[in-house]
Amino acid sequence: MKIHEYQGKQILGSYDIPIQDGVVVETKENIESAIDEVATKFKCSEFIVKAQIHAGGRGKGGGVKYCADKTSAVDAANKILGMNLVTPQTGESGQKVRKIYITKAFDIAHEYYVAITLDRSKNQDVIMVSTEGGMDIEKVAEETPEKIIKVWVDPLAGLKVKQVAKLAEGLGFKDSLLEQASDVFYKLYKCYIEKDATLLEINPLVKTKDNNIFALDLKFNFDGNAMFRHADINEMEDPFEVDDTELEASKYNLNYIKLDGNVGCMVNGAGLAMATMDIIKLSGGDPANFLDVGGAASVETVTNGFKIILKDPNVKAILINIFGGIVRCDRVAKGVIQAVKGLNLDVPVVVRLEGTNSTEAKDILNNSDVEIIPATTMQDAADKVVDAALN
Amino acid sequence: MSILINNDTRVIVQGITGSEGLFHSKQMIDYGTNIVAGVTPGKGGNIVFDSIPVYNTVEEAKTKHDATASIIFVPPRFAAGAIIESIESGIELIVCISEGIPIRDMVRVKHLLENSSSRLIGPNCPGIITVDECKLGIMPGFICKKGNIGVISKSGTLTYEAIDQLVKNGLGQTTAMGIGGDPIIGTDMISALKLFEDDPATEGIVMIGEIGGQMENEAARWAKENITKPIVGFIAGQTAPPGRRMGHAGAIISGGDETAEAKNKILGDCGITVAKSVAEIGNKMKESLTLNV
Repeated sequence: MKIHEYQGKQILGSYDIPIQDGVVVETKENIESAIDEVATKFKCSEFIVKAQIHAGGRGKGGGVKYCADKTSAVDAANKILGMNLVTPQTGESGQKVRKIYITKAFDIAHEYYVAITLDRSKNQDVIMVSTEGGMDIEKVAEETPEKIIKVWVDPLAGLKVKQVAKLAEGLGFKDSLLEQASDVFYKLYKCYIEKDATLLEINPLVKTKDNNIFALDLKFNFDGNAMFRHADINEMEDPFEVDDTELEASKYNLNYIKLDGNVGCMVNGAGLAMATMDIIKLSGGDPANFLDVGGAASVETVTNGFKIILKDPNVKAILINIFGGIVRCDRVAKGVIQAVKGLNLDVPVVVRLEGTNSTEAKDILNNSDVEIIPATTMQDAADKVVDAALN
Repeated sequence: MSILINNDTRVIVQGITGSEGLFHSKQMIDYGTNIVAGVTPGKGGNIVFDSIPVYNTVEEAKTKHDATASIIFVPPRFAAGAIIESIESGIELIVCISEGIPIRDMVRVKHLLENSSSRLIGPNCPGIITVDECKLGIMPGFICKKGNIGVISKSGTLTYEAIDQLVKNGLGQTTAMGIGGDPIIGTDMISALKLFEDDPATEGIVMIGEIGGQMENEAARWAKENITKPIVGFIAGQTAPPGRRMGHAGAIISGGDETAEAKNKILGDCGITVAKSVAEIGNKMKESLTLNV
């Protein structure tokens, strides 16, 4: 789960981590008063206007602007609020900017990079810092790996003093800056752990010309499975950032992700669903979605699955691929027929049921009065659905 | 022969009185699994299926029934606690079916495991089955046929598909194991490969992975030096868009060599026969076995 920059900063603020604070604006009428508020509250005359969308690369798309005075800030805020922001991460269609964040501008002496995430190969959290903040950190990692300092945290022992020292000294901090940075690292790790984050990235963490440290921008992702113990973070989810159909699918307990192709697919199990998408592609088609209806495919889940898939106007044919284990295929077949009848489908449906009672299921499909194309193997199913989508 | 479980495995079911636990316990008993006791805190003293006693703690169930394995069907927020209880009671093999356990909880579990004598399979997995002997999981047992192939997989239904294809190609299985698709799991591909390498009855291995993480790559590099038996590999998620989560928390592409294409290349370079399409898993295994003779 993801949240906006301003929400992330609220959380950091609650841990006394120094942040570049600001004011959130959602309507154009409030822009001027918000800028005045920032000017008084943070004693500044220069501002940064930042679009609040989840996708990264906001600056590259024109969603972040430095403004030397109030007039240019009003101008930039009016331009950014409501714009359709296209960044390298939003896709071509972009994302509408519904909120902007107006902050104080700092006199920056240097930008650093800090991130905490899980290192899957070590089963431990890793804290990474670099003096090369504010730029493409992946490039830094690839070309000059020695510029990234890492420490791995033992989950039972916690973050150790000498590890924090390694990070802070590694960034070249001394005296009061060393103290400030060490304090920030402790608090960031504490915050990351306590909030069940999967990624906390501060890029950049800045040193100002008057030798203070602030978190300027961040990415904060959380473990969806742990949100039952974080009602406050759960509430921060912005429904506008989630695809409508994906949101609806989640209400049905279906796992749906929209893609760009025209072959809809409905499968039980995530691995088999991905393998089904893959074989559609290998057979010359293009999958329209990922849809996992879960281990137990019932009439209800199949019906809801159809509803979700058909919200996408690009879909020209649908493949249902169910491996019936505990759920018997004859039952799934009846469910599919019932769902097709109830929804008056006008796209061809290819059905492949394998597992318990698959022969009976085939008979049921063949003898039904709805038009369903039965398939046997995965290859057969993929060929048939690609063919149906083309014609 | 087989790996990890057989006719002698004495099983306790944690969460036996819940709907999932009851349903799958019945399925496992019907398959022939020797379930000796159940555990549900607060339900101790009850009896299920006429003869299986329920206890409040794993410790009690293990001591009284000399249990060697446990299978866990408890809600995700309590699942890590259930695993830890089994570790602390010295259960040799713990299979956790529960899906949706917080990563933070699993980080802790993983470190406790490393300093214990227990092995964990899962979580978020279909479990493990030794054909015609013992099923510790939720997979449909009847699709399996006794034979000489070991199956290791991150996925549930995709494992069933692979087993089915093997059977249609005239091949059976020794043991099939779903290791789970979460970022942190108890038994990884390398240790599963090692078990099958050491099992004389296993003559070939099917290894099914997904996009995301490095496990398949590490397993392939390790297998190149350590595995003598033919391996057929398949990676699901060639068409998955970068950065999106496809159901399994682990299936997130975060680095260049975590894509299906990159993994396939590494597997191939390490001498694993790669099934580009899911439909090829069965016949590629058959071919590999013939070539290996």
